[in-house]
Amino acid sequence: MVSAKKTIHIEPVTRVEGHGKVSIQLDENNQVTQARLHIVEFRGFERFILGRPYWEVPVLVQRLCGICPVSHHLAAAKAMDLIHGVEELSPTAEKMRRLMHYGQHFQSHALHFFHLCSPDLLFGFDADVAIRNVIGVARKFPDLAVQGVMMRKYGQEVIKRTAGKKIHGTGAIPGGINKNLSTEEHDELINGFGDMPGIDQMLEWSRGALKIAKDYTLDNLDSVADFGSFDSNHLGFVKEDGAMDLYHGNLRAVDKDGNKIFDQIDYQTYTDYIQEEVRPWSYMKFPFIKSVGPKDGWYRVGPLARINVCDSIDTPEADAELKEFRKATGTACCNITMAYHWTRMIELLHSCEKIKQLLEDADLQGEELVRTGERRGEAVGLIEAPRGTLFHHYEVDENDQVTMANLIVSTTHNNVPMNRAVQKVAADHISGQAEITEGLLNHVEVAIRAYDPCLSCATHALGRMPLDVELLDASGQVVDHKRT
Amino acid sequence: MSENVTLTIDGKDITGEKGQTIMDAALANDIYIPHLCHHPDLAPYGSCRVCTCLVNGRPQTACTFPISDGMEVENDTDTVNEMRKQIVEMLFVEGNHYCMFCEKSGNCELQALAYRFGVTTPRYPYQFPKREVDASHPNVWIDRDRCVLCARCIRASKDVDGKHAFDFAGRGPNRHISVDAADGIEHTPVDADDKAVQVCPVGSLMLKRQGYKIPIGQRKYDHEPIGTDIETGASKKQ
Ligand code: FES
Repeated sequence: MVSAKKTIHIEPVTRVEGHGKVSIQLDENNQVTQARLHIVEFRGFERFILGRPYWEVPVLVQRLCGICPVSHHLAAAKAMDLIHGVEELSPTAEKMRRLMHYGQHFQSHALHFFHLCSPDLLFGFDADVAIRNVIGVARKFPDLAVQGVMMRKYGQEVIKRTAGKKIHGTGAIPGGINKNLSTEEHDELINGFGDMPGIDQMLEWSRGALKIAKDYTLDNLDSVADFGSFDSNHLGFVKEDGAMDLYHGNLRAVDKDGNKIFDQIDYQTYTDYIQEEVRPWSYMKFPFIKSVGPKDGWYRVGPLARINVCDSIDTPEADAELKEFRKATGTACCNITMAYHWTRMIELLHSCEKIKQLLEDADLQGEELVRTGERRGEAVGLIEAPRGTLFHHYEVDENDQVTMANLIVSTTHNNVPMNRAVQKVAADHISGQAEITEGLLNHVEVAIRAYDPCLSCATHALGRMPLDVELLDASGQVVDHKRT
Repeated sequence: MSENVTLTIDGKDITGEKGQTIMDAALANDIYIPHLCHHPDLAPYGSCRVCTCLVNGRPQTACTFPISDGMEVENDTDTVNEMRKQIVEMLFVEGNHYCMFCEKSGNCELQALAYRFGVTTPRYPYQFPKREVDASHPNVWIDRDRCVLCARCIRASKDVDGKHAFDFAGRGPNRHISVDAADGIEHTPVDADDKAVQVCPVGSLMLKRQGYKIPIGQRKYDHEPIGTDIETGASKKQ
């Protein structure tokens, strides 16, 4: 008995897999007055880590997610590099970690696009649920389905060769990395192995996936431009020259028109710029930009935000695509929720280009793996995870034990935006209706899914997403309830 | 000139020396008897019971039981291995063993035994004991969650390092490793290169800042089950 309870409380995967719940409140005239998305958060981990030795944290903390563990592994490792006293990694360590990270982006974006969102784009939001699923995609577009599987697998193979395992590896250690890339591993990733094609095929497929997302957005611009859309601020990393960098950079935030709110902020000082607010109805915190204030200071993160904050992309094909995106959307800052898909695919291509660049770099076969320096007590590690900026903040005492941990995950940053998207879709599509149809439900899901909040919330396999929708009347009574 | 003794292990005739334990005679003959508290450089202790064999039909710990002429030892049989599997499962539930992020994973003898015996999930309820970490020493730390009370560190510190820095305190489920200083391992004479630190079979007594340095794929038990080196004679050649 005791064991069952405890397992539920600390088991990280169940917390990440917390099901989404939407509640929609109506007035007497069936007009939507409130719509909210509830997601269970990872607060338990911040307690779980306390007292553990700092070198354990990158391996321990990644267990809070089975979908993007590499992001947590690397964000924690970046913080622990500094705790360990290392400001600059050896070229081999930095490039191995980057390779791991681009492998993660590549597999995560491929998974989301092919398995989770493509049924909506290929069949339409209202299509029969019996077809609008990954099996339907596999039937009608068999080549695409195979590409999706192979691209995801390729990304995982990159992770395996850098982290030691496809999921929950140990590659990044404080001050560096525990292995380099052998020439055999390098050749496999360049040329392919077994059924797995090499990097050039991955590039070709990435271009194809990008084209689907782009064509879809352009062909349906009239309808998608407003779907779940709203003006917002955007946050992400950029390099010193303003170019996109998914592994390391300085923070930049822009407003809805692309004006900079802050720029080139060393993320060690993030608490001067970002604050978290607690609200009684949600386990999640609500971060906001301090200078703008809690009411209007919320922002979006992830592919759309990163595309909005960067000036350029440092790989040629993705940079050309960025320019095309800007031209098509016509603004310095795009606020279209459904544009997440197109921007995610620009990043997919960018990650693939980066993997190829890195594989051509002989530093990956270098021997200097770990550096040491003078221990310090507090550090922040940030990374651009597939779903958005991920913050890890730790304090470690003189015995090497963690005394404080604060994590802000992408889904938390996107908390207000996802709620806005739900409110917008509810107001546009539900207001005035007494019954929720499956197609209508899917409209809500589509808006949430654009943010790729996490696999379980966005799980679309077999047309299902573990989402609960409640329709409440003015007195708070549940008048309709749908579970997908 | 030592006196020879002949016995059988799983029906195979082997020769040992008078005064040897079953464990030592087996090791000398490239026969693996699973064990945890036993360590070749330390005196026999007999606490973990993983080495249990049927000796002339009765369960005995091979690491402490002396050989004798005509003795029949049952070692690698389904009955004996099932008993050992249960013992390993009990060791798991009595501590807090989170292999998935433990830095000893892949090099841990307890984990390797569980793999060898095919333990998937223990049949006994987890006890979730409350155990303390002692990280006060600059280079060595104790994570009592992972301790299996094998006393290897106690024996090594006393008999090899000449320090007697560790001992047991508490009884029954509260039994735990204590250090010979009121306020932590920092105030003991323990050094990073002590034998006591090297012999811990699990991730309980560890060097600091070394975790995860060996990549997955190069750890001791990544490719072969524990005991393979003994069964193939490879351990003798090292
Ligand atoms: S090895 Fe014999 S009792 Fe532990």
